[in-house]
Amino acid sequence: MAAVKQTIEHVESLEKYQHGFSTDIAQDFAPKGLNADIVRFISAKKDEPEWMLAWRLDAFERWQAMDEPEWAKVHFPRIDYQDSYYYAAPSQKKGPASLDEVDPEILAVYEKLGIPLKEQAVLAGVEGAPRYAVDAVFDSVSVVTTFKKELAQVGVIFCSMSEAIREHPELVRNYLGSVVPVSDNYYACLNAAVFSDGSFVYVPPGVRCPMELSTYFRINAENSGQFERTLIIADKEAYVSYLEGCTAPMRDENQLHAAVVELVLMDDAEIKYSTVQNWYPGDPVTGKGGIYNFVTKRADCRGDRSKVSWTQVETGSAITWKYPSCILRGEGSVGEFYSIAITNGRQQADTGTKMIHLGANTRSRVISKGISAGKSSNTYRGLVSAHPKAKGARNFTQCDSLLIGKTCAAHTVPYIEARNGSCVFEHEATTTKLSEDQLFYAMQRGLSQEEAVQLLVNGFVKDVLQELPMEFAVEAQKLVAISLEGSVG
Amino acid sequence: MLHIENLRAEVDGKEILKGLSLNVPAGEVHAIMGPNGAGKSTLSYVLTGRSGYDVTGGTATLDGEDLLALDPNERAAKGVFLSFQYPLEIPGVPALTFIRTAMNAQRKARGEAEISAPAFLKLAREHAAALKIDFEMLKRALNVGFSGGEKKRMEIFQMSMLAPRFLILDETDSGLDIDALKIVSEGVNAMRSPDRGMLVITHYQRLLDYIKPDKVHVLAGGRIAATGGPDLALELEREGYDKYARAA
Repeated sequence: MAAVKQTIEHVESLEKYQHGFSTDIAQDFAPKGLNADIVRFISAKKDEPEWMLAWRLDAFERWQAMDEPEWAKVHFPRIDYQDSYYYAAPSQKKGPASLDEVDPEILAVYEKLGIPLKEQAVLAGVEGAPRYAVDAVFDSVSVVTTFKKELAQVGVIFCSMSEAIREHPELVRNYLGSVVPVSDNYYACLNAAVFSDGSFVYVPPGVRCPMELSTYFRINAENSGQFERTLIIADKEAYVSYLEGCTAPMRDENQLHAAVVELVLMDDAEIKYSTVQNWYPGDPVTGKGGIYNFVTKRADCRGDRSKVSWTQVETGSAITWKYPSCILRGEGSVGEFYSIAITNGRQQADTGTKMIHLGANTRSRVISKGISAGKSSNTYRGLVSAHPKAKGARNFTQCDSLLIGKTCAAHTVPYIEARNGSCVFEHEATTTKLSEDQLFYAMQRGLSQEEAVQLLVNGFVKDVLQELPMEFAVEAQKLVAISLEGSVG
Repeated sequence: MLHIENLRAEVDGKEILKGLSLNVPAGEVHAIMGPNGAGKSTLSYVLTGRSGYDVTGGTATLDGEDLLALDPNERAAKGVFLSFQYPLEIPGVPALTFIRTAMNAQRKARGEAEISAPAFLKLAREHAAALKIDFEMLKRALNVGFSGGEKKRMEIFQMSMLAPRFLILDETDSGLDIDALKIVSEGVNAMRSPDRGMLVITHYQRLLDYIKPDKVHVLAGGRIAATGGPDLALELEREGYDKYARAA
């Protein structure tokens, strides 16, 4: 209830896209364009070992031989990959040793976004206030990671990918690209060649990570793409909850965001991965600008009884192309996917999941809530597949679409493959229009039209919102409200 | 209190209200009866500002204030409440959340402070008990999976929680068995007060045995065709609406 109230108040005080500011910060750029020398430049900038450079160059070579995928239900002009910067970083001699060394301008940006980077500030808060460690990625590089010491005490490694490559090469070499192979798809391959940073998490056997981990991504530089790579390994009986948040300034040109996220789960491990994505969606009327969000996310449940849960709230980006997937290899492993995808204005989203059942008695659950408004298009695309060995595999999929107004579109494209006779797959789908009757009913009770829309939409997405960690559920609820501002009437 | 003068309104270009005039002073309960299609529900929607019901002439004021110029939520904040003939289902929104959000929206519009959570819950428990509503039901999504009678009871619950100044009951008796009808009527009667007005729209006299009106109006052909005391309702029950329908 309080959250609804807060949502309502929040929206009233907001502009359309509140993260649309950009910041003047001294930046280092790689020369514009993409070739093997740029790949070497990035690798050198990051002081990478030889094996990493070789990996990147191999990826770049493969990428050149690949074609962009065209099967998604999204339309956009061809991307000129030579017309972008592949490396942008705040100028700084070395990585900051502590928060005090971080450019205050950058800290100000995060403060403006409401993200606490100051551990002391978080610690000094009210008792019982949420505590979470943050890795802040600004354009191409991680600027700061908080709570590292406290996490290290229990053996949890949480650092930037660049640091992991230097400090924990054995882990990185072992797992990088083992879930999403270098040449998995066009964008993942491009990422492998030019990825600049991202987060790395390792949770040792039997350890329950004592706090939420989160990464905040911010694209700031103009004409630059962001290619981050995240790798999370939960060893036997380990547990970690991880959240990523994304924002970008308003720019007239499109910016490419091609990230790769790999999750590895051993026996009895559990990872909860939540995303609140609010990249700049482009101009709502002309469709100009906005982020192309072409992301590959995959979890590999290698261990028996391991469990992975993806929760995503997708409100931003001009185009979203994203299918967080679960490979259910371990016997009795569990995959979950909870999604809220909202499109407004001229946004296009083609998103969903893949549940690939390889092991016996594996279970998966998909709850997808798509909301379309304005002149947007929202597609759910999901694969549920059972291998011959996946005896007793079970899936439940629920896919609901809500239409607001007369000019938007919702599509549902389920793919179901059962290659043994003992699996049980259920698929439920509904499409509803936000009804005038419901709106009037709520307004007759005293809610304004905007408040009524928010209340009804919050009711529609409730099943998914409650999967988010508490402290982010409120944030997500606000986002839902903001994204749908002006969608009626 | 409510003052309607020569009100004309159309739906999809078809005129439904054709110069309706009506006065409901504070403290009184007026019943509106009439045949199907006479414009009873249209009147309730026009008074509450539903889109698609276009006013083409006349006035409607509440204590001198022009209602027709206000948005539906502004009218609600002024104290106009409509108990719907067919209450809507609101999936995913618990009844308590819905009512508290509405209550605070109204309070805010009136420049009042929000109600605190404990005060709200206390109020809700009191009113739920009076209407014999299981408190657990209020934690479920509003009206989703409720029976017709439960939905109507929930309307009266919302009404008693929001404590409006002017009540419009649209066919509140439809779908109610006799026990539910008694409970609902008691809830409505409990709200009678010298500074509150009520418009009870009904098809049947039955409801008026429980909610005793001060005046009964016959709505036919988009106008008030006759006005009388409670006896008029009994006469209508015996003789039907034929004479008024034909006159219109």
